[in-house]
Amino acid sequence: MNTILAQLLNGLDKGAAYALIALGLTLVFGTLGVVNFAHGALFMLGCFCAVAFRYLLTIETVSVDPTQLSPWGQPVQVRTPLVQDWLGDFGALMVDYSVPFSILLTVPVMLVIGIAMERGLIRHFYKRTHAEQILVTFGLAIVLGELVKSVFGPNPWPQPIPSDLRGAADIGIWLGMEPRSLTYPMWRVIYLLFSLAVIGGVFAFLRFTTFGMVVRAGMADREAVGLLGINIDRRFTVVFGLAAVVAGVAGAMYTPLLAPNYHIGMDFLVLSFVVVVVGGMGSLPGAVLAGFLLGILQSFASMTQIKTFLPGIDQVIVYLVAVVVLLVRPRGLLGRRGVMEG
Amino acid sequence: MSKLIMNRRGLLRTMGAGAAATLASPMFFTRGAWANNYCNDPTASGKIVFGFNVPQTGTYAEEGLEQLKGYQLAVKHINGEGDGGLLKTFKPLALEGNGVLGRKVEFVTGDTQTNTDAARDGARRMIERDGAIMVTGCVTTGEAVAQQALCHELGVIYMSGLTHGNDTTGKDKRRYGFRHFFNAHQSGVAIAPILGQEYGNDRRAYHLTADYNWGWTQEESIKAATEALGWETVATVRTPLGLGDYSQYLTPVLNSGADVLILNHYGHDMVNSLPQAVQFGLRERQANGKQFEIIVPMFSELMAVGAGDAVKGIIGTQNWNWQLEDEGSKAFTQSYGAEYGEPPSQSAHTGYVQAILYADAVQRAGSFYPPEVIKALEEFEFDGMGNGPTLYRGDDHQCIKEVLVVRGNENPTSRFDVLNVVGKTPRDEVTYDPAIFGGELGPYEPNQC
Repeated sequence: MNTILAQLLNGLDKGAAYALIALGLTLVFGTLGVVNFAHGALFMLGCFCAVAFRYLLTIETVSVDPTQLSPWGQPVQVRTPLVQDWLGDFGALMVDYSVPFSILLTVPVMLVIGIAMERGLIRHFYKRTHAEQILVTFGLAIVLGELVKSVFGPNPWPQPIPSDLRGAADIGIWLGMEPRSLTYPMWRVIYLLFSLAVIGGVFAFLRFTTFGMVVRAGMADREAVGLLGINIDRRFTVVFGLAAVVAGVAGAMYTPLLAPNYHIGMDFLVLSFVVVVVGGMGSLPGAVLAGFLLGILQSFASMTQIKTFLPGIDQVIVYLVAVVVLLVRPRGLLGRRGVMEG
Repeated sequence: MSKLIMNRRGLLRTMGAGAAATLASPMFFTRGAWANNYCNDPTASGKIVFGFNVPQTGTYAEEGLEQLKGYQLAVKHINGEGDGGLLKTFKPLALEGNGVLGRKVEFVTGDTQTNTDAARDGARRMIERDGAIMVTGCVTTGEAVAQQALCHELGVIYMSGLTHGNDTTGKDKRRYGFRHFFNAHQSGVAIAPILGQEYGNDRRAYHLTADYNWGWTQEESIKAATEALGWETVATVRTPLGLGDYSQYLTPVLNSGADVLILNHYGHDMVNSLPQAVQFGLRERQANGKQFEIIVPMFSELMAVGAGDAVKGIIGTQNWNWQLEDEGSKAFTQSYGAEYGEPPSQSAHTGYVQAILYADAVQRAGSFYPPEVIKALEEFEFDGMGNGPTLYRGDDHQCIKEVLVVRGNENPTSRFDVLNVVGKTPRDEVTYDPAIFGGELGPYEPNQC
């Protein structure tokens, strides 16, 4: 039983990441009709917002102490982080919690990047074919990746988990089980809760605000909303920015789980597209449902008992499910009629 | 007018002298005679070019860039620049600090991208375009085996870099390939007694193994060594190379009945998997009435730095460590520290040593002709390179020397002070029969490139 619960928890954790990335992707497709292959790059840029934030926080003054020699014969360097010098304990806390604090930088930066990307490039391709959109956004993803590589280099940048949030949470106790019978990494639990909060926030924003209502109306019938005198394009631009922010914060909070490099977006891109296709192109609930479903399936497929009978199944399960879903339900689990058809 | 009269004895004498002269003629011009008989003969080109082919990008870029620094420092010292480094302690030394056979060494560099195909292409380019007389460098066994096979085919000596898989000097060994670094089998033999001493002989081990050549041989060797101790192997699970998120592989460990997790991972694989295993609370866990333990059989300082606090207390093995107190290690650490401002890694050390060993073998052979250099390296016994007395075994071209057992430092004093040496397994104990891994070295005679 504990094994099943642990795998389920792992599936929810993985699924939360998939759902969060796929949510922004399907949001852009549902509103603008653009197949955005640069969405993975937005995730990557979010990761590097966290990296840059920590880098700035940990800028140090370096002084050389000529009275002491290192074992390799060089004068010892004394390093003092400037933030700690200026802000004392709060500075130390900021360095320790650099990843959560980096959200403060990630949100505005990603909003600006998203809006600039939509206004500067994407809008010129609204009336082009999906194939052309894919080509241009894929090209953009490569350019963004290379830009990040030229600044941060090709190697990963590990980001630490805040010291109070390291180690495992005793989930067993929360469920009324024996102590330490079911444990799971604390940061992964936080990431799962964070993802649920962001997903809930996006849904609430679209559901309960006037802005969201107009966007949903625009998704259903863009022309009709336009005829009512509403500038739907401007709202969709903001939606693109919102999708960039969602991808960005998903990336920033993911950095302690996986040290990011310039290629991390591409690694997630294929999987998030599978999630969107399985969920149904343009369907927000579909993306969330498919994200969690595929995460859970992938987790269970990694169990030793299953891999003994089906070696390598953990590597292909996501794609097998995608094939089956598309054969049985060609529009995906919650896809709407007419989307990407004809 | 005289008549030429040739009797039977005279004819035989003339024929004998002619035959002897024909057979002996190449010996009169030994170096010149071989001048065009092997690939990139420096006597023909006038240049001595070493090819340093290491990963500068990709999964093991960090280790590769360190190795490159080691090679560059070695060239300096071979050419008589800098403080001489290990040339001050290396015995017996033939190099004279004025290059090799009196000529300065040049080098070219390549990026293997931590990729077997790119490594092979890079080595070929170095040989065919840049005229490299020797190629060296790698951080994976895949890169080593690929380059070694190519170099053997082209008649160019390959001095491997950081390769720990058994195959490099096992089933894939080649006459033209040499390895200074230790191997997975030796890791298993070296670490087992310490594991028995620290964790007892009644343990249940769960292996997570990087799914490629090195991982398989590492798993095989450690499994054999721990089972010989009396440990039971619960499961051996393969993980894709370069995987970032190991959570789906770590979750089954929690309820597997194992009380030890063995991570057969290296480089960024280990930098990701070890901290994640610690995050899963494995080290705070009790299983089968015992404290759960994690083992990383093959360590490097760069990995330990990357893994951060997760490495504290973890046991593994190393080829070399800059904190060793012998004269060679101290000399190299000083020399490298003066050049780069930080202590050397084992990747830098093995690269440096390989370049020096090749240059010295040429000097001793008095020729760049590969079969002569190979013979100078085979069964070469040396000391003062930081690993104690070492033998370059002729049967498989594996260096036989002591192996270090290390443990993650609980109280590091600097970011370089991450691993403590807790044991040295003597050379005799890690010596093994080269026949157990099979393979054939092949002929001495070089092919033309």
